[in-house]
Amino acid sequence: MMKVTEPPKPLFQLRQLIYDTKYRSLTVQAIAMCLLVLFFSWLVNNTIQNLTALGKDFDFGFLTNIAGYDINQRLIEYSSTSTHGRAALVGILNTLLVAVLGCALATMIGIVAGVLRLSKNWIIARLMTIYVEGFRNVPLLLWILIIFAVMTESTPGPRDFRAGGSASMMLFDSVAISNRGVYIPFPVWGEGSGILIFVFLLSLISVWIFKRIAASRQQQTGIILPTFWISTGIVIISSIMTFFVLGQPVSLDYPTLGGFNFRGGLQLRNSLIALWLALSLYTGAFIAEIVRSGILSVSKGQTEAAYALGLRPNRTMNLVILPQALRVIIPPLISQYLNLTKNSSLAIAVGYMDVRSTLGGITINQTGRELEGMLMLGLFYLLASLVISAVMNIYNNSVKLKGR
Amino acid sequence: MKKLFLSCLSVALLGGIAMAGGHEKGTLAAVKERGKLVCGSNTGLVGFAAPDASGNWQGFDVDMCRAVAAAVLGDPSAVEYVPLTTGTRFTALASGEVDMLSRNTTWTFSRDVDLKFEFTGVNYYDGQGFMVPKSLGVTSATELDGATVCIQTGTTTELNLADFFRVNGMNYEPVPVETNSEAQQQYLANACDVYTTDASGLAATRASFENPGDHVVLPEIISKEPLGPLVRHGDHEWGDVVRWSLNAMVAAEEYGVTSQNVAEMAKGTNNPEINRLLGSEGNLGEMLGLSPDWARNIISTVGNYGESFERNIGSSTPIGLARGLNAQWTDGGLLYSPPFR
Amino acid sequence: MNRPSSKLFVRTELIPAKTPPLSEIGVAKWVRENLFSNTLNSILTILSFFLIYWLLAQILPWMTQGVWEAGSLNECRKIRESLGESTNVACWAVINERWNQLLFGFYPPESYWRPILALILFSFAISPVLFISVRKELYLLTFTSPFLCYWLLWGNTVWGPVSAAFSFLLGILLFQQISRSKLSILSVPITFVFVVLYWWFLLTPVAEQLDSFIPISLTYIPSKEFGGFMLALIIGITGIILSLPIGILLALGRQSKLLIINKICVFFIEIIRGVPLIVWLFTASLLLNYFLPPGTNFDLMLRVVIMVTLFASAYMAEVIRGGLAALPVGQHEGSSSLGLNYWQSMRLIILPQALKISIPGIVNTFIGLFKDTTLVVFIGLLDPIGLSNAIRATTDWNGIYWELFIFIGLLFFVCCFSMSRYSQFLERRLQTEHR
Repeated sequence: MMKVTEPPKPLFQLRQLIYDTKYRSLTVQAIAMCLLVLFFSWLVNNTIQNLTALGKDFDFGFLTNIAGYDINQRLIEYSSTSTHGRAALVGILNTLLVAVLGCALATMIGIVAGVLRLSKNWIIARLMTIYVEGFRNVPLLLWILIIFAVMTESTPGPRDFRAGGSASMMLFDSVAISNRGVYIPFPVWGEGSGILIFVFLLSLISVWIFKRIAASRQQQTGIILPTFWISTGIVIISSIMTFFVLGQPVSLDYPTLGGFNFRGGLQLRNSLIALWLALSLYTGAFIAEIVRSGILSVSKGQTEAAYALGLRPNRTMNLVILPQALRVIIPPLISQYLNLTKNSSLAIAVGYMDVRSTLGGITINQTGRELEGMLMLGLFYLLASLVISAVMNIYNNSVKLKGR
Repeated sequence: MKKLFLSCLSVALLGGIAMAGGHEKGTLAAVKERGKLVCGSNTGLVGFAAPDASGNWQGFDVDMCRAVAAAVLGDPSAVEYVPLTTGTRFTALASGEVDMLSRNTTWTFSRDVDLKFEFTGVNYYDGQGFMVPKSLGVTSATELDGATVCIQTGTTTELNLADFFRVNGMNYEPVPVETNSEAQQQYLANACDVYTTDASGLAATRASFENPGDHVVLPEIISKEPLGPLVRHGDHEWGDVVRWSLNAMVAAEEYGVTSQNVAEMAKGTNNPEINRLLGSEGNLGEMLGLSPDWARNIISTVGNYGESFERNIGSSTPIGLARGLNAQWTDGGLLYSPPFR
Repeated sequence: MNRPSSKLFVRTELIPAKTPPLSEIGVAKWVRENLFSNTLNSILTILSFFLIYWLLAQILPWMTQGVWEAGSLNECRKIRESLGESTNVACWAVINERWNQLLFGFYPPESYWRPILALILFSFAISPVLFISVRKELYLLTFTSPFLCYWLLWGNTVWGPVSAAFSFLLGILLFQQISRSKLSILSVPITFVFVVLYWWFLLTPVAEQLDSFIPISLTYIPSKEFGGFMLALIIGITGIILSLPIGILLALGRQSKLLIINKICVFFIEIIRGVPLIVWLFTASLLLNYFLPPGTNFDLMLRVVIMVTLFASAYMAEVIRGGLAALPVGQHEGSSSLGLNYWQSMRLIILPQALKISIPGIVNTFIGLFKDTTLVVFIGLLDPIGLSNAIRATTDWNGIYWELFIFIGLLFFVCCFSMSRYSQFLERRLQTEHR
């Protein structure tokens, strides 16, 4: 038998750290780490020095102090005697509200504009091009200011709704569009409304079951049931019947003009609407381009093949084109949603009380706690971005082509 | 490797030391050395600070900066204006970005004590008021229950407003806006019933309306808003310069020294107080660390308090503010300069 | 029966083509196909026409009949009244009086030629980057123009920027020397240390010495005087140029297999991208002074440029990462098989191709950044929107809105639209090259 002699293990030499590629990467990383630690300790050290020089400390105690200012739009209970922490929470909820509303509307606008831009109708396609280019090439801040100004100037003030005024309420005196906002009826949940909600949810579940039955029936027999009409029927009829059987437990609180202003109902403030519209129109223009390129990316052969199979145009769109386009559309759509959420921080321009205006604006201004406030603000946006991209990535993975 | 690391470390440390080397000295010495005063001003407030077509800043608050520059450097135009928003003004002053702040800032306890600033006097006694359209038929602020109120964010007015309505047990809806001009637009379009800000601001805003007569300023003044220049805590030498520059303007008006007659009076008068002020007697300038003619420079270039007031916000301007509380104490106002002696 | 000759029924020549029906030619056909192809389209068309007419009827008279000569808004209103009771026309006089302020801020009017020249210089300098093939001489301009533009804009002695350029030149020479010597492995850190030390100790003395021999200088203009559209351009352009090298390094770092480096880059990119620019700007204006040694103070514009650069470099890194990912793996393998090391293969093979693919993305990032420069208004810099507020604060123009908004909007639109068109053109051109 041959004996394999182990080659003598070379002694580790210091120079290998630099000249041996195996170790060099370790060296580089160690240096990078050292520099980073040094850099951060330098920053922290400076901050501590500066804070002591200014006689300040690093303390989040201000969050429990009384804020002293009022916020017009609040989703939770808040008054000027609440704390700064509560004000920040109100701001956070307002930011999330406008972000969610904005994402929904921007998607709708974007899809409509993107599809219409490909329309054969010359003038519609041109109009959509003007819309897309106009919004994409002018700063968002300017659009927010312009839309806010347009809404303020072009809608009537509450005074004009008085008898003899130039404006009147719409939809049987239930909706008022004024330059302070849009007032709509607001449901008042009375006795027994719990049952109504229960029935409504039940009807939704039955629709879902029905759809599954219809789908499996189509698989087996090829007969397509008119699912849309039947399911709408199930939901509406059951809800309305319960509503009357229970003796109309839910009533509407209508806005009425009283004193200086409208009272009752739900007020969608102008600042919210302006910001919402501006964000949606601006982001919608970007989404339109994404949708358009998504649709164009599906080859024409797919449409032709679908027609050859005898699918009708709307089914072709729903079953063949859109699912494929969606794969191209979703990744850039995620980043547009992120942009919209971050852009909502421009709310200050129209005086919408988002987290940037409450925590990052008035609170910092009144307490002088800029370091703590900005840190919290930054962390909130970072967290929001991470959550949105995580959720959207899960969705993206579910529609992605598998097994490739 | 070791060498490399050591060299990197030494560079980082060297950098740290070299940058930390720029030690602070007194603001007065720094301003003199620089040859320029860095003054924090408003980004734009009618009558108090605004750039004209050729980019020169003008206004009542701006005159305060010019007065200090004239006193320290002998040249009222040796000012670098740093436009600051309500959100950035205090940090800019605290960090030493500006030497002084003359930006209609209300003197409050917490700003003076907690935020570590030193208010060097009051150049305008203001108070928060309300403006409403005449057609509303409101004659008193206590009738404003349920009103929608336009208000600029990030100022003390927000807190005053909340307090006022809470004390009177009334409800209101705040419409916060970022700038005065936006508030104006909202108010004119009737998006809010009431506009509230400092009374001087209300007057200035009202003056720019197409029909000023359609709007009234309600009699209630709901807060005290002593507006004045401020400097950093701790630098008393500099604080004195700013304080006495303001006092010199006030005192000059009291003694009847104007930009027209200052050259005449500087030759010497039989009023020793004027002589001390203008440097022909005593050594007040030296005590401040300035030249003997420091006050003379202020008055000859910027004018006395009354002249500055009339030029920028007085009754001859479109803003047309009356002196009111800002009259000399001898005329029943609050302006009262400590004696120059 | 005498049959008639069949010849009579046989045509010998073709029937001349009939003119098509009216609905199938010219305008009528076009209109029918493009505007009224079916009921829905017809309704949409009519609605669109109505919308356009209504908008134009509202806006056009207001715009075209505007007042150009007036000293204040009140004068405008008087002229307006003299035109008739209900006439509502624009007051362009404010633009007439303040347009140079909106463009240049408070920059001294006698020096307007300097930013204009700098812009022209800059557009020549970037042409090698954008128009793939140009004459070689222009590259020289590309490298010198940052220093020249700096000198033109801020003024002062020419030797400051020259001395700075000199440091980089020396650095490059040093790098080449060391690379050939035994210490080649340390070439990067040594060069870096050298340049840093030069900036620290030699930059100003060298400039002062040179200036005392041959004084050439322009009037110094502090950055406080910068404003308006010029400010937006300077912040945008500097941000994008400085962010390019940082972005490349970050993108390479993000692709790197070195765990710590990779994580640092990912962290940096995600944190910057996760937080809105306005928060970063506030950080620059409110917090940067806390993080720096006590007593350091540099002007707000520089702080904003630094923050915008960091912000842009995170986005740039993602764009360039896209370019790197688009390259086929064969390019990496090919370069390693030639025996090139990491930096060589990056410099000679990978990056030139990846950057070329990324140019449209870079231009788009620039457009986004340029539009975002309007946010500096929130920290008190007088960009066009900030200036519009300042202009409204003068007693003359208090209460004017639309004219300023429209002017500013048009400025931005013209710039951004032409740039986006350019990037689309580039995209098409690059596409054909890769097929």
